[in-house]
Amino acid sequence: MHNTVRVQTTINGEAREFLCEPRQSLLECLRDVLGLTGTKEGCNDGNCGACTVLMDDRVVTSCLVLGVEAQGAQITTIEGIARGSDLHPLQRAFLQNAALQCGVCTPGFIVAAKALLDREPNPNEEQIRLWLANNLCRCTGYDKIIRAVEQAAEEARA
Amino acid sequence: MKWFDYATPASVGEAVGLLKTHPGARLLAGGTDLIVQLRAGRKETDLVVDLKHIPELNAIGYDAAGGLTIGASVPCYKIYRDPAIARAYPALIELASLIGGTQIQGRASLGGNLCNAAPSADSVPLLIAMRATCRMTGPGGTREIAVEDFCTAPGRNVLQPGELLVSLHLPPPAPHSGARYLRFIPRNEMDIAVAGAGVEVVLDDGKFRSARIALAAVAPTPLFVREAGDALAGQPVNETTIARAADIARAGAKPITDMRGTADYRRHLCGVLTRRALEAAVQRAREGKR
Repeated sequence: MHNTVRVQTTINGEAREFLCEPRQSLLECLRDVLGLTGTKEGCNDGNCGACTVLMDDRVVTSCLVLGVEAQGAQITTIEGIARGSDLHPLQRAFLQNAALQCGVCTPGFIVAAKALLDREPNPNEEQIRLWLANNLCRCTGYDKIIRAVEQAAEEARA
Repeated sequence: MKWFDYATPASVGEAVGLLKTHPGARLLAGGTDLIVQLRAGRKETDLVVDLKHIPELNAIGYDAAGGLTIGASVPCYKIYRDPAIARAYPALIELASLIGGTQIQGRASLGGNLCNAAPSADSVPLLIAMRATCRMTGPGGTREIAVEDFCTAPGRNVLQPGELLVSLHLPPPAPHSGARYLRFIPRNEMDIAVAGAGVEVVLDDGKFRSARIALAAVAPTPLFVREAGDALAGQPVNETTIARAADIARAGAKPITDMRGTADYRRHLCGVLTRRALEAAVQRAREGKR
């Protein structure tokens, strides 16, 4: 009686088509249907930011988006941040600054921070902290993450 | 989550038709409340109606004579990126920037915040203070009401079966006016208001021509304290008159004690936040920045 829905979307620049149930979140579709497991499930209710992806021109928590809403959208996940084996400056800066321990929050932080740097190439510390307020990290105490974003911004401007 | 079907009507008429054939349908704008509630089993539905394909629910329109119209499902980030709103209604920019965090602002709408009808809804007190009205369409046609008359109880509003919120409308900014919403939370971001105060003032030659004050999280609905604003009308702009209005707002609050704060603390916050919001709005009105 219930039908699955065919969704045509663009993920990391590539046209993708998948079948899902309307009740499945975009997060579930990415991980369980499309095998893109870089996007992490944290709280599953929009508080922690671990599942952050870009959807068209905005940053969203994919646990609070239905997979069917991705019809016609441009989605960018953590898998689309590096160019081949060339890490994005943010990814390099996270490694160099040890801005992660367990790593579950990291894809969300990097995707959200990329959206910030795309809009504001020279953010101050307050702007970075404010922009990333929807991303929680229980390991690092945030300071290393902020330094990493500052370093990546500096590199990108150089 | 339980099974539901999904529809994307392209017009208000089509959406109203779906609500008629599916009385248990739920309307989806940004989903930051609805998807959480469906997942937690606090709400159930057989059909989710996505409003984001209906042009008038997703448009922002402004002109200096007519004012501002914000479609009910316009997300916060579109509001704070809108140059016309930034010029004419800077308090709305601050408002859209303080709801949730970046990701929530990418989805959440003022219309959804209003329809969810939480007593703590951050956007509602300022909309009340700024004289916003709601346009709703249902099987019986279209009607408009003031935002202060929209919420009826926690999670409840005046929408009738088959009716949906189409847009919010704000009148053009009056000359020498200013608005501000202030909220208290124990951290800087990503929290639910312990209390909040939204105000708008219109000044006239060193006096208040009028003022409107509304409060968050201190009553079963967002609370319009009409008498607090009315007490300022015709009065000189000074510490004494502002303090008196803040006292009246505090006395009008009907808070409860819960894990976020005691009733006494919330009453105290209402006085402080109202005073500070009035001071900020006066400053804004004097600088001509509204």
